[in-house]
Amino acid sequence: MSIEIIIDGESVTTEAGTNLVDVAAENGVYIPTLCYLKGKPCLGTCRVCSVRVNGHIIAACTLPVSEGMNVEVNAPDLLDMRKALIEILFVEGNHNCPSCEKSGRCDLQATGYELGMVVSRFPYRFPLREREVAAKHLWLERDRCIFCQRCVEFIRDKATDQKIFSIRGRGTTAQIEIDIALADRMPPEQVREAAEICPVGCIIEKGVGFNDPIGQRKFEIQSVRERALDIKDSAAESGHE
Amino acid sequence: MKWRFISTSAEEITRKVGNKAAFFLYQQLLLDDAGRRLNTTLQPIAAMSLRIENMNNKIPKIIQRYQADQTRLLDMLWDLHHLFGYIPDDALSELANGLNMSLNDARETRSFYHYFHDRPSGKYTLYLSDTVIARMNGYQAVQAALERESGAPIGGMDPTGTFGLYSTPCVGLSDQEPVMLVDEVVFTRLTPEKVSDIISQLKQGRSPEEIANPSGLPKDDIAYVDQLVETTIHQAGPVFFQQPNDFPELLNHCLDVGPDVVIETITAAKLRGHGGAGFSTGLKWRLCREAAGAAKYVICNADEGEPGTFKDRALLTRSPQAVFMGMVLAASVIGAREGIIYLRQEYIYLKAFLEKQLQLFREQQLLGNSILGRAGFNFDIRIQMGAGAYVCGDESALIESCEGKRGTPRVKPPYPVEQGYLGMPTCVNNVETLVAVTRVLQEGADWYQSLGVENSRGSRLMSVSGDCDRPGIYEVEWGTTLNQVLSSVGAIDPWAVQISGPSGECVAVEKSGERCFGYSDLACNGSLMIFNHSRDLLSIVKHFMQFFVDESCGICTPCRAGNVDLHNKVERVMAGRACQQDLDEMVSWGSLVRSTSRCGLGGTSPNPILTTLKQFPEIYQAKLTEQQGALLPSFDLQAALMDNEQARIELTQKELNHASEAIK
Repeated sequence: MSIEIIIDGESVTTEAGTNLVDVAAENGVYIPTLCYLKGKPCLGTCRVCSVRVNGHIIAACTLPVSEGMNVEVNAPDLLDMRKALIEILFVEGNHNCPSCEKSGRCDLQATGYELGMVVSRFPYRFPLREREVAAKHLWLERDRCIFCQRCVEFIRDKATDQKIFSIRGRGTTAQIEIDIALADRMPPEQVREAAEICPVGCIIEKGVGFNDPIGQRKFEIQSVRERALDIKDSAAESGHE
Repeated sequence: MKWRFISTSAEEITRKVGNKAAFFLYQQLLLDDAGRRLNTTLQPIAAMSLRIENMNNKIPKIIQRYQADQTRLLDMLWDLHHLFGYIPDDALSELANGLNMSLNDARETRSFYHYFHDRPSGKYTLYLSDTVIARMNGYQAVQAALERESGAPIGGMDPTGTFGLYSTPCVGLSDQEPVMLVDEVVFTRLTPEKVSDIISQLKQGRSPEEIANPSGLPKDDIAYVDQLVETTIHQAGPVFFQQPNDFPELLNHCLDVGPDVVIETITAAKLRGHGGAGFSTGLKWRLCREAAGAAKYVICNADEGEPGTFKDRALLTRSPQAVFMGMVLAASVIGAREGIIYLRQEYIYLKAFLEKQLQLFREQQLLGNSILGRAGFNFDIRIQMGAGAYVCGDESALIESCEGKRGTPRVKPPYPVEQGYLGMPTCVNNVETLVAVTRVLQEGADWYQSLGVENSRGSRLMSVSGDCDRPGIYEVEWGTTLNQVLSSVGAIDPWAVQISGPSGECVAVEKSGERCFGYSDLACNGSLMIFNHSRDLLSIVKHFMQFFVDESCGICTPCRAGNVDLHNKVERVMAGRACQQDLDEMVSWGSLVRSTSRCGLGGTSPNPILTTLKQFPEIYQAKLTEQQGALLPSFDLQAALMDNEQARIELTQKELNHASEAIK
């Protein structure tokens, strides 16, 4: 059913039930995301896509649009709120971009740049997190995990449908885990998918770091905003890249 | 059976199960859930042989009992816990295997709930309720006595493995603190003397049940519950704790008039859910009735986890059948065949009693097949035990937990009335709401409507604790003022009142005494904690913030990360190292957490700070310090330089060692 909604004062025609992140993108309005993947079930974990709908703040990725919604995306308080969420992710783990294999291809880093983050307003925690290197084809650099749950939900063992990645503990003691036996039988394309699906440099494919020279890395060729607004591209991203 | 120490050597085990298996088990045992290495003692090895014997056929039996149904994982984990006294990795691995889950997947669930342990937690596991009310009533002395007498430090076991001692958030007994659970038994009004006595009896070989229930009352008897805990109801009626009840007559009547009339009555009564959100109960039932689904479910939320709240415990103890009746009525309206009471583990001592009451209900043909002889009306209720997670009070987290998963709140929409338990339309109602429904249908919408005020009809139960003469349960009609309630509970020198627990608001009696209880003013969710002028409000705020840090499920960024920063800010204020900027940041970060979090936990967790900043700005201002020069007062230059110096010395020493190794 065709409906009308308002995004930042502009009237927009779309289909009822479409995801708000996508509706905004189709109309040239960028809403940053870290956990959302077009075409996959919504995870709603990072909250970086928070916008205001009819006066209430809500994560855009969790919202199927309906008639008459009044959506604010780029109000100053909302821009600051989303930036704060990115900033708090930077201090919660240890994100050392210059030495990270994912640098230039990292959604968190690219979004930080895009939102104009210079330094975090929150105190750095420098947590001690041990890396997990026992699997043959990939390792977990836990310093960088942002608990988006993409790998937990979307990467499963082909034969048994069992979870390969999981979260242990809760709240501040939570950490990402990998089932070594299941991980060791992941086919190469699934290993790559896991590494690609990770929006930070936590899941790293062994033996292939730093392949692209500086200046030719993913988000240097096309910024995270341009990619989000380029509908064809983000659709491709939901499959394999 | 509980885990116990058996002196068996590693060699013996190796002989029994072979080298490789023993090594594997040994490895598994020495790593805890965080992957950290445990102290290498022979204890786990000794326990292992017992487990190997147990595992031979017990785990397949557990799996069989639940037909290898993954959604019953919580029950199966409890079975493992009862078998071993904790949930060892090797047993979990066998269970996971039988359920076609990876071990890590099962660990996800085990590690979410704090009553599940991944390593031995003592032959007797003691949980001391750590609440702000307990801390006003001698908590520290009781904890010290427990540590001294049991030999177990809080958070660990004594060297013999007899006692494990842990703190736990509010167990729903704030009117009789300090309180501890020993396995499935509860001891109230603890003193150092009482603790010494209990521990010495346990050491002499008496079981917790024998100590708490010396006359051996049957566990399904109300006398047993009354022996363990007091249920003090100071003010009841007109809605709650009413007798007598002719439930068959009520149900017959409701079935005769039909579901639409029932929904109409509840809607006309303007009954709002008593769980917290205040959503219209009539509308919830209507939406659930209209939702399409092959099956539908009724769930009673008895996960009363909000610190300071114990009114649902009182209802389950004194009016369990009115709760069941509400569920049967909901089932008749929405068309459900199955109902679940999600009971928090802290109320385990009520379970046998509730089972018995359910049985009595079945005998009256109010549950089971062809209820009251009406063909096709089949409905029954089972009790699902929780395992320690405040966040499961959120209805969608509760549903996840009922499905055997981590209690993570779901993304909404879809709402449970459309897709809830097992993906089917589900009506989740709080204990108190279900009793109110029963009462509305007994007395009619007009009667209920005549109680309370505009927007807030009827009455609500309040669990009262803290500085007052008569703590306990009070039924208060909406529209009553705070001062009126304070006077009827005999408040002593009241200064601040925490309304609805940590997630609610803290008000100054001086400023807010004449405010009225109701959804448009003081929306009370069932608890009042009263603090007199001698109480340290900042340390209470800090305690509440620590509670939210501990109980955040961690699924979303703002709640997981933001509450830690908010807690640390309160600490900074208390230490006298905060300046005005810190207060401004508390407000701004608090608003971030409140507005961007996924569920009500993060949506309310900054409240202790935000509401005290509003009502008691002076307690913060008094602790502030002026910024001198360019550095923030929270930055300790001396300490930072010392840290650096320390690191330099350590590194130099390491390098020297390396160099001398190389020379050798």
